[in-house]
Amino acid sequence: MASMEFEENNVKKIMHVMRHAPHGTIYTYEGLEMILIMAAYEQDLSVVFIGDGVYALKKGQDTAGIGIKGFAKTFMALDGYDVEKLYADESSLKERGLTEDDLVVDVQVMSAAEIGRLMTEQDVIIHH
Amino acid sequence: MLHTVNKSPFETSTMETCIRFLQPGDPVLFIEDGVYAVQEGNRFSPLIATVLKNNPVYALGPDLYARGISNVAKGVNTVDYDGFVDLVEEHQVNSWF
Repeated sequence: MASMEFEENNVKKIMHVMRHAPHGTIYTYEGLEMILIMAAYEQDLSVVFIGDGVYALKKGQDTAGIGIKGFAKTFMALDGYDVEKLYADESSLKERGLTEDDLVVDVQVMSAAEIGRLMTEQDVIIHH
Repeated sequence: MLHTVNKSPFETSTMETCIRFLQPGDPVLFIEDGVYAVQEGNRFSPLIATVLKNNPVYALGPDLYARGISNVAKGVNTVDYDGFVDLVEEHQVNSWF
């Protein structure tokens, strides 16, 4: 019992903010790796896609021609690691001509104000 | 929540993105190349003025001085490293880079 309490107290609310397009830099890929590592420690994780970060989730990415493996499908696996809180910024999608249907995973589309409120609830925010 | 911005607004949209997610009262601190945002009379001055209606805005003095910025937009507070530490002590940090 005591050890369980100890474990619960060690759970932090950690938000990862994805802000870069997936293949131009390594930010998104490294961020995804960090999320998977943190998931192994059973933290209360959320992932927010803002700006070009929403492109990471775009359906139909075929990276064979640029010689990299591609990791859009890894986002689909997050569910299996109990990372279920995925949010996307409404205006970031809209200004890129995207809707929820264009994304490889189910996300909750939220306004900047709503995401801003969620940010204030976190113990840690990490931008990628 | 303290928002820090370290990129020039002329180079990236980091500052404008940050501003969209601000909650009223959240302080914003410009550091490194971010301080170019608060030079008086630039393209972003009207935006900084709008932010100042609901949020305190700070810029790190040593970064301003290093870049020769002496005319800081009205209402923007200049802080030294101790002031930076005070802000970090008082608030959860959201580092937009």
